[in-house]
Amino acid sequence: MSERRVELEVLRYHPETDAAPRFQRYSVDCREEWVVLDALNHVKETLDPTLSYRWSCHMAVCGSCGMMINGEPRLACKSFLRDYQGVIRVEPLAHFPIERDLVTVIDDFMAKLKRVKPYLIPAQARALEQGEYRQTPAELKRYKQFTLCMNCMLCYAACPEYGLIPKFIGPAAISLAHRYNQDSRDGGRAARQEEIAAAEGVWECSFTGACSEVCPEHVDPAAALQQVKIKSTVDWYLAHLMPWLKK
Amino acid sequence: MAQSSKPIVWGPFAAGGTLTAFLTPALMVLTLLAALGYTPDLLAYERLHAFAGSWLAKLALAGTVFLTLWSAAHRLRITCYDLGVRADTLVATLLYSAALAGTAAAALYLSRI
Amino acid sequence: MSRKPYLREETMRWVFRHPRYLRYMAREFSCLFIGGYGLLMVWGLKRLSEGPAAWRSFLEVLQSPASIAFHVLALGFALYHSVTWFKLTPKALPVQVGGEFLPDGIISGAHYAVWAALSLAVLILAGAF
Repeated sequence: MSERRVELEVLRYHPETDAAPRFQRYSVDCREEWVVLDALNHVKETLDPTLSYRWSCHMAVCGSCGMMINGEPRLACKSFLRDYQGVIRVEPLAHFPIERDLVTVIDDFMAKLKRVKPYLIPAQARALEQGEYRQTPAELKRYKQFTLCMNCMLCYAACPEYGLIPKFIGPAAISLAHRYNQDSRDGGRAARQEEIAAAEGVWECSFTGACSEVCPEHVDPAAALQQVKIKSTVDWYLAHLMPWLKK
Repeated sequence: MAQSSKPIVWGPFAAGGTLTAFLTPALMVLTLLAALGYTPDLLAYERLHAFAGSWLAKLALAGTVFLTLWSAAHRLRITCYDLGVRADTLVATLLYSAALAGTAAAALYLSRI
Repeated sequence: MSRKPYLREETMRWVFRHPRYLRYMAREFSCLFIGGYGLLMVWGLKRLSEGPAAWRSFLEVLQSPASIAFHVLALGFALYHSVTWFKLTPKALPVQVGGEFLPDGIISGAHYAVWAALSLAVLILAGAF
């Protein structure tokens, strides 16, 4: 099997000793077919056991190993070494505080995710003996694409508006809210609108579209956010110009 | 948290973005032809004056001016923020006011035609 | 274990991090030219309301080199705005027919076709040819 020597430039930060992050260069012999995550694992096993980063599945399912690779938010397990030339620069996901090395603090995202109520709030509660909630294939199709989000946060690292306005609820959380709003069994839209139609919600999005370009699961958050904007605008005009329609 | 009243400014932005996407390039070609000395028939004084004399055309022209200026103002507001200008309230007030003032001026001139 | 999260400052560097951000900026800068053209329309309406002589002098100003340069540049940005706007329309307004979503290309393509027909109609009705 062919090998290649890879130069990695990894952002290091040790809160106990470092005032600010710094780059460290590693030179590692890698297999041709490896991904960046393999190279990091190899560094940790053979060169530097102090290197910290998150990963779990190694197959683009868990969404843990998101990092900036040559300035672009990517899953390290989905980034093949053979696609890069020269030094590969690895940094923690942009816009998130750095806990240690490539590990970021994700509390902000977790709190926002909770706020948008990303779970089914049944429109009509059913007793067990009434059977299951039924849905046609067309109704499933309406939201299926938005279920694919694995919370990897690459879209937050790609979104300039999230970087500029940290209060912005952001692409993934709003897309997940939209996923439940689009579900025929759900009745929780009014509750979610309190968050996603607020000033810090969808309105901070300027439709850069970067979120959809970096999404490893092709969720297309940018599409979800524009749909939320249009629906919220229709809501607002109906409520203010035709208040008699209000239920 | 309360639902935002951002739709007031976003609604005309989206409408204006759509209108300018469909219409503005063709309008620019018309005035560009005039600029190059090949003035289209419509831009001759008598024809344009007669055209702008009808109520329907007045309404369409005022609407086009409003949506064009508003969508540009809204985009410029966001661009200012993107470029690091943090006085968003001031920028928004100035730009939206300018769009409204331009529309009012256009309406005034149209009323004199 | 002591925690001391480090937040890197957000600078304007993001604009140059990837070509997509430059494309986004170009799209947003189209507003300067489209807005400028809106102001030109207001100015034109003013001159039109002031009589034939004023309108004639407006047409003369239009023929100045600065105006020609503005028009060429503005037309470029306006076309870019139209192309990007219609390209993104299917994301904002997806159409589901019989369960399946229409492909983006069909929705964008329909918009491009209407745009072309409308532009042609405006140019013909205005006697540009």
